[in-house]
Amino acid sequence: MSTSFRTDQEFFLDPQRCIGCHACEMACAECETNGQLPMIHVDYVDRFLSPQTSVQICMHCEDPVCARVCPAVAIEKDEFGIVHSANTARCIACSNCVNACPFGVPRKIEPMDLMMKCNMCYDRTSAGKKPMCATVCPSGALFYGTREEMARRRPNSSPVNTFKFGRETVKTKVNIMMPKGETELVVYE
Amino acid sequence: MATLPVPVENLIARFGPHLNFPRAEGIPGRDEPDAVVKTHCCFCGMQCGIKLLVKDDKVVGFEPWEEFPFNEGRLCPKGVQRYMQNEHPDRLLTPLIRVGGKGFEKIGWDGAMERVVSEIQRIQNAHGPDAFAMLSGVSLTNEKSYLVGKFARVALKTRNLDYNGRLCMVSAGAGNKKAFGLDRGSNNYSDLAHAEVVMICGTNVSETFPTLTHWIWQARDNGGKLIVVDPRLTPIARTADLHLPIRPGRDSALYGAILHQLIKHDWLDHAFIANHTTDFEKAKEAVKDYDLAWAERTTGIAADKIELAARWWGPAKTSFLLHARGIEHQSKGVENVLGCINLVLATGRIGKPYCGYATITGQGNGQGGREHGHKCDQLPGNRDIENPEHRKYIAGVWGIEEKDLPGKGLTAYEIMEAAHRGEIKGLLSICFNPVVSLPNNNMIREALEKLEFYVAIDFFLNETARHADIILPGSLHEEEEGTVTTAEGRVVRIRKAVNPPSEARSDTSILLELADRLGAGERFSFHSSEEIFNELRVASKGGTADYFGITYKKIEDTMGVFWPCPSEDHPGTPRLWEDRKFKTPDGRAHFHGVPYREPAEVTDSEYPVILTTGRVVSQYLSGTQTRRIGKLVKQYAEPLLEIHPALAARLDIHERELVRVSTRRGTAEFPAQLVETIREDTVFVPYHWPGRKSVNQLTSGHLDPISKIPEFKVCACRLEPTGRKAPSPDEAQAWASP
Repeated sequence: MSTSFRTDQEFFLDPQRCIGCHACEMACAECETNGQLPMIHVDYVDRFLSPQTSVQICMHCEDPVCARVCPAVAIEKDEFGIVHSANTARCIACSNCVNACPFGVPRKIEPMDLMMKCNMCYDRTSAGKKPMCATVCPSGALFYGTREEMARRRPNSSPVNTFKFGRETVKTKVNIMMPKGETELVVYE
Repeated sequence: MATLPVPVENLIARFGPHLNFPRAEGIPGRDEPDAVVKTHCCFCGMQCGIKLLVKDDKVVGFEPWEEFPFNEGRLCPKGVQRYMQNEHPDRLLTPLIRVGGKGFEKIGWDGAMERVVSEIQRIQNAHGPDAFAMLSGVSLTNEKSYLVGKFARVALKTRNLDYNGRLCMVSAGAGNKKAFGLDRGSNNYSDLAHAEVVMICGTNVSETFPTLTHWIWQARDNGGKLIVVDPRLTPIARTADLHLPIRPGRDSALYGAILHQLIKHDWLDHAFIANHTTDFEKAKEAVKDYDLAWAERTTGIAADKIELAARWWGPAKTSFLLHARGIEHQSKGVENVLGCINLVLATGRIGKPYCGYATITGQGNGQGGREHGHKCDQLPGNRDIENPEHRKYIAGVWGIEEKDLPGKGLTAYEIMEAAHRGEIKGLLSICFNPVVSLPNNNMIREALEKLEFYVAIDFFLNETARHADIILPGSLHEEEEGTVTTAEGRVVRIRKAVNPPSEARSDTSILLELADRLGAGERFSFHSSEEIFNELRVASKGGTADYFGITYKKIEDTMGVFWPCPSEDHPGTPRLWEDRKFKTPDGRAHFHGVPYREPAEVTDSEYPVILTTGRVVSQYLSGTQTRRIGKLVKQYAEPLLEIHPALAARLDIHERELVRVSTRRGTAEFPAQLVETIREDTVFVPYHWPGRKSVNQLTSGHLDPISKIPEFKVCACRLEPTGRKAPSPDEAQAWASP
């Protein structure tokens, strides 16, 4: 398959920097394949206490549980590690993936009877461009570039792609930014 | 007669605001655009680079412009959705005439122009030239701002021209002129990257200038400390190393108290003060009693926090101070600005790498618009309309006698007051919606109703233009060539992407034809925006805002030129004051004594709570554009009353309950939003909405004595629970509230 996918570039997610502006959602929804639905989600953590928002994209797991639980083999991971949205011809809208994803990413779109999720703007990334959300994000909560660029920009943070959910460890293609020196994020013991 | 021709509901039904949403099935032609036009966002002073996709003379989408150096592709939701103002059902497509009892009816351009000119002449013949006023706005390009300034003085011959920058940057401009002799941010934002301390005062950066967040956080990523002064815990304040939750209207006390600490601990740059400034002793004298205990009592900020701010600011080697409307929208806006400048001068941290100071100019062309055009006391090049030399020079450029150049006129709010008194009888407005954006707007509405004749140029029928006798359909940002000057002082190119639709015309061509019909055609023989810019260059030559060396080609070749740029071989000036030659008459930067005084309206037993106002990220100014863009409206659909739970509990106010808010000027109801992110003595309501949902029914018309900016940011109010739960935002439809 002919592609210009930049294997030296990675996605870095830093939810703490999210300012809740929703530029990413609006830009994501512009993609022709998304039918004006955003595949990235911004929500308040607790507006009563703080204006802190959090942003969630597909983390593109190394061993994607969404694909493993799919009875229709509609979800595939490609050679670059992108976990693609459900193949529309195969998806049976069973919601197994919706229930299984540890990050709560896939959503079942009722009117279309179809699971949809972020595919890291494959139309853009496969052409050597950056994903739309990371291009427009005004605060650096979403960043797409090389590991070296990120180290230069954030000398006091470390990218982490290992998540502990109890006894289960999940490794992802997308990194989140943690205080310098951290190597994993323990979601719960 | 400038009353509404029919009930407001009928006008809303026909002219909106209606919400425009992108089509889910996609927009035809976006994949294969006819043109990809590099231009800038039509909203705030950041002027982010953006590429517009054009198909069949329509803007069908956008693409990030990653090469533009300020924003590198980054955008806020307003920028992403701005293309939805195109192909909008509310767009004004023909001239309209008010017909009492019927509404607005179509009229040809010739008839509309004839009526406008005959009414101008009738009113001016009967009551003098100044009885016809003009109000303008700084969403207009430099070319149009310049043209408006010249049009009002040379064609309309009125001294009463002012603009919506009066609600925006005038306190900062006046303060900067007093201290530095020039009105521009001293540094560009790349000087933030290695500032050890960044102090941002009264600016909700992440909602009002989202793309500036990147530059501020760059400083933090490099180990810098961030201090935020704001009564609310805004998204940027959330990430601050030190948040100073100030009681609204007490800002100059804080800066005085910090200066007191700098002096006490000798955190001063004595050499800089001695060699490059004047009046330090006056500044020192004014703050001699402002100790921490006084400051805590006055500002409502804990003394140890104020002390810590001074301890960080004082000895730092590099720093950057930014401020915006929070401190400027006050009856002591200029004093607050001067208080901030005193802190910069005392430490000598200006005119060097990573040592910066700037106001964050709010509107798209807030910077350029206030230098060359429509400010009542100003001539191009940031010249003074009362200065005989300046008048002579500009009269020469314009080809008129100096005696025929009108003098200083009334400011925006004062123009409306004069209309209310019956002294101003006629009005031409472009790009200004005072019935939403000015304070005390019940008075504004009454003033409009008293006008004998009102003509509005706009692309949508905004709430003010509903009062017009004639409406001339003008152009969107993407429908004309031009330049704007960003908050950094960078002059950038706005490119025309499409033609105005149907019978709508470019603002420039409308003004040029009016000038011709008013008998001043030979002074307005421009054939392109570039020709207007070239005259602006000459008019600005030798002024403090000198654009003479800036050409369209130079801007295009370098992605923007920072003024001053006095000659074509000059590279522009990204950082001011490196030469320590300030533009004051004595060449020094001036300290000012800033004794603290209270806001014009303080709380009492009748009105015991402080009301402050501001903006949200998804809306822009009076909402003429953004209240018509569906997704932006839905993101924050109605003005909410932010109230601390402790205050809410005392008043028995519950989440989503409608609260009646009253001030000496009016009453309005807003749904309560209980948040711990605001001071207990203060409530906040954003101002973008019209009619019964406009918080500017309540705000005060007290003006700063120098800048004449209204005190939007502080007044006294009373809160009463209604016991009624607010209807859903979709039911309330605040965006189109009558």
